Amino acid sequence: MELFRLGIHEIRELLDKKEVSPKDVLDSVFSRIASVEEKVKAFVTVTKDRAYDMLDDALAENTILSGIPLAIKDNMCTKGIRTTCSSRMLENFIPPYEGTATSRLRGYVLAGKTNLDEFAMGSSTENSAFHTTKNPWDLSRIPGGSSGGSAAAVAADECIAALGSDTGGSIRQPAALCGVVGLKPTYGRVSRYGLIAFASSLDQIGPITKNVRDSALLMNIISGHDPLDSTSAPVTVPDFTASLGRHIKGLKIGVPKEYFIEGMDRKVENAVRDAVGKLESLGAIPIEVSLPHTEYAVATYYVLAASEASSNLARYDGVKYGLRVEGKDLIDMYMNTRAAGFGPEVKRRIMLGTYALSSGYYEAYYRKAQQVRTLIKRDFEEAFKTVDVIATPTAPEVAFQAGEKTEDPLKMYLSDIFTISVNLAGVPAISVPCGFASQEGGAASLPIGLQLIGKHFHEQTILQAAYAYEQATDWHKRRPEL
Amino acid sequence: MIEKKQVEHIARLSRLVIPEEEKEMFCSQLSNVLKYMEKLNRLDTKGIEPTSHVIDLVNVMRGDAPSPSLPPSEALRNAPDRTEKFYRVPKIIE
Repeated sequence: MELFRLGIHEIRELLDKKEVSPKDVLDSVFSRIASVEEKVKAFVTVTKDRAYDMLDDALAENTILSGIPLAIKDNMCTKGIRTTCSSRMLENFIPPYEGTATSRLRGYVLAGKTNLDEFAMGSSTENSAFHTTKNPWDLSRIPGGSSGGSAAAVAADECIAALGSDTGGSIRQPAALCGVVGLKPTYGRVSRYGLIAFASSLDQIGPITKNVRDSALLMNIISGHDPLDSTSAPVTVPDFTASLGRHIKGLKIGVPKEYFIEGMDRKVENAVRDAVGKLESLGAIPIEVSLPHTEYAVATYYVLAASEASSNLARYDGVKYGLRVEGKDLIDMYMNTRAAGFGPEVKRRIMLGTYALSSGYYEAYYRKAQQVRTLIKRDFEEAFKTVDVIATPTAPEVAFQAGEKTEDPLKMYLSDIFTISVNLAGVPAISVPCGFASQEGGAASLPIGLQLIGKHFHEQTILQAAYAYEQATDWHKRRPEL
Repeated sequence: MIEKKQVEHIARLSRLVIPEEEKEMFCSQLSNVLKYMEKLNRLDTKGIEPTSHVIDLVNVMRGDAPSPSLPPSEALRNAPDRTEKFYRVPKIIE
């Protein structure tokens, strides 16, 4: 049996029945990495030796994750293990502490740290300072981003599941483009302690998995209030697996007209409309809704995210940790360090944010964007008065060719057009596979994602709908040929 | 439109050095993005409260109780330059 193909709950069952040993599981996953990683390049660091060394300790924890190899995006601090953020700035950074989300994954075995767009800024992983990750379905295409390494590692079966982070779609968009399940929790649901900050009012950690059940399982483990993150919400955490398998008869599914736009890929539109039809056949009630400020989301996001980034990344000054490049005086040292340590996209966003926050422009850009954020948030509040879940495409198109958008930042930014509003409003959303688009010339078909958006702290509802859809379809069973 | 002089100014504020040959590229890229952002001005936002945060948490307090923290040797381990228990930086005062 190819153990590496399985998800968390399937491996757990085999381990509990003693049909396989924990060492079999590690052997399977690391031999899979050895055979496909050269093609996919999902990881910055593979932690194979440590995984075997730690296995006994992991099993002693005796948890649901005991002995199960997971991949972690390389912007989450793992104590004693290099954490780079895919940046030259942190190329040799070894965190002296563990972040909260990963410390809650008690018993898991780290398979490795996955590649991302530098500081999570990007939609293709092409902004990694080290290498570009490939889409396992078609190696000439990008896996999405910024959690492209985590999504590709899950799709290529180089791990059993993974964690990513999502600031404007960075879990959901790569999950959609790689044909796996990605969930961005409600803002405040999962602690950000130890997540290297990009835009603090938007960043959120979440699971990238092979199926919806595993997503719920990981949500049970990583969620909950944390005194070390003052923005983490002091709300109780339900059992997210409890709603799985419940029927969705009478569930009201909002379909926002603003998410089916001219210029979007027809195959994506058709697949998502078919998915809504499938939900309807399961008893859900589709209702057209409007989120009228959708077209302003990308502009709002790039003002706010860049502003927060320019402030957060001021800490990389060559003094406390990370790269230092000497100069003739202190200011010169700062400038040389930051010029050498940051890549072009990070510089672009720092400058954009600095400009938006600078004297004379603050009101016109930053404050204006904060006000539009209020309008976007109200759109969702209004829609959720009449529906339980909102269904949209996760991305406007399937995975694009490497290099296709690198010259034009604005074009790249627009690939987040359907995911960004969710972060601005702080609501949870999940992407599940809902079809494949065939390509010309016999090339492999490419996955399409359905996004289901929920009310604040109602992850169980989107998980319930996603699970009902998944169980009624076969998309999640397909795997790329590698 | 962002001009070369502005790119230099913003870079300075951002503590970045932009090589001469990249300045034109940043001018046009930043101009394009800012031009796109101008669409926000089509919206009348008079009287709309700004949102800085989506969940209603204010003044999060914790008990004034000491808890373990990183020992200096650990906190300093990633420092590019250090001496004893201190970070070392280039001389600031003449």
